[in-house]
Amino acid sequence: MTVIPAPAPRLLPALDDANRAFWTGGRDGNLMVGRCPACRRWALPPATSCPECGDALVPEPASGRARVWTWTLNSHQYHPDVPPPTLIAIVVLDEQDDLRLATNLVHVDEAAVREGLPVQVLFEDHGEMFYPVFEPVAGAGAGAGAG
Amino acid sequence: MMHTPEKDAVVAGIGISRIGRRTGIPHAELTMEAVGQAIADAGLAPSDIDGIASLGDTPPSEVARALGVEPRYHGGGFDTGGLLSPVMAAAMAVGEGRARHVVVYRTVQMLGGGMVPSGGGGGGGGGGEGLASMAKVMVDVHELLAANAFSAANWLALACRRHMEVYGTTKEQLGWLAINSRANAALNPRAVYREPMTMADYLTARPVSSPFGLYDCDVPVDGSIAVVVSTGAYAEDAPHPALHFEAVGGARANGGWFHRADYPKMASADAAAEMWGRTDLRPADIDVAELYDGFTFLTFAWLEALGICGEGESGPFVEGGTRIAIGGEMPLNTYGGQLSAGRMHGYWVLHEACLQLRGEAGARQVPGSPRVAVVANGGGPIAGCMLLRV
Repeated sequence: MTVIPAPAPRLLPALDDANRAFWTGGRDGNLMVGRCPACRRWALPPATSCPECGDALVPEPASGRARVWTWTLNSHQYHPDVPPPTLIAIVVLDEQDDLRLATNLVHVDEAAVREGLPVQVLFEDHGEMFYPVFEPVAGAGAGAGAG
Repeated sequence: MMHTPEKDAVVAGIGISRIGRRTGIPHAELTMEAVGQAIADAGLAPSDIDGIASLGDTPPSEVARALGVEPRYHGGGFDTGGLLSPVMAAAMAVGEGRARHVVVYRTVQMLGGGMVPSGGGGGGGGGGEGLASMAKVMVDVHELLAANAFSAANWLALACRRHMEVYGTTKEQLGWLAINSRANAALNPRAVYREPMTMADYLTARPVSSPFGLYDCDVPVDGSIAVVVSTGAYAEDAPHPALHFEAVGGARANGGWFHRADYPKMASADAAAEMWGRTDLRPADIDVAELYDGFTFLTFAWLEALGICGEGESGPFVEGGTRIAIGGEMPLNTYGGQLSAGRMHGYWVLHEACLQLRGEAGARQVPGSPRVAVVANGGGPIAGCMLLRV
């Protein structure tokens, strides 16, 4: 998995015990997601305990593969440091059909985005933290765009 | 059916201030315009007011001082009724005999108070409270902000797109709601945008967050709206028809902005279920619907949540606009909605429902003496709704 430079700063949360593995795993190329040792279910957003059975979650590397579930192309400048357009999406990680993650899609134009589009993770380098963005899997039928 | 406390409460009076964009009028002045009007409309004097409730601008203590009263009941803040929480809490308070006449108001100012910078016209919306307090009910808001999704416009565009994928809802169907609202706004002298809107106007508007364009987003304004919530015993003495709280419902959190199992459903589904559980009335009894439209899609979500149409059928329901027009089978957002009249953050729907039930809506009066109105408010993880009847 690739690390790319951050094109703009992001509003990232403060690191804590629940989210540290998720936000820093990209340094080693890993999308680290909490998983329950008891019921084996994955959990997002990052949390300390399993929403199903309450056991302490243990971060494990996920495949980094996902599918686009819904998306929006933002055209309005809401933040002075983040110029539009921004392609915002919710993807579902391949590991589990309700493992949803809000993210940005890169290397693709909105016209090529569709529900179910296979995507894979890249990490934006924000120093201590690494932000997971997604690009179409090669040959998935999405033409490359300006990103 | 159980007897619920809100059934012993009525809306006895209503008030509305001057409304406009960048009026420069101090918020307290707008508030006292609406509050004074509502108290007089209820046939009361300020000294009759023994409760004050609000949300946001102009603290209740300031209103109490201006009225020269020391109310024993104070209500405010976000409870499970979303933006309507102070109204619902007031209805409970008078229903339980803790107050007789509670004035509830909501004052908004387009410059300030928003959750995100409005960017000066459109594309804001949906906010109104500080981010810190909102974050408590939005388990996943930090994830959205990290994804550069700074606005409720983005968050609800994601839900709208999902609805389109699942049910085949179209951009043009969203447009019919905006066009209906604009047509109704033309009949409302207080509405901010009253010139006719065509589908071409709608479809070619500046994009905000696909599928939303400028006309899918509500219009920030300055203004204040107030109601007097009174004990049911006062109904016969009120100078205008007192409107009964038939049922209220609310919900919050439960899955945040995009983690509900039944996404793109929202807290509105839970709020509506609670409301219907507190009444023998059914969706077919609704004569007029005033449904929150911070964004077009939120009204679609409410139509389905309330059972006014079936799941996934909101698009076809509004298509063509005849069914939701003032003379149609389900008159919708008859004052012009937040989309065209202005973003009174969930309180103009209440004011308008009262006007319609009182038969005082003038050029935009729904024909046939409507007897039951539904008022709904909020989106995402925040929702409240109520049935009012003559």
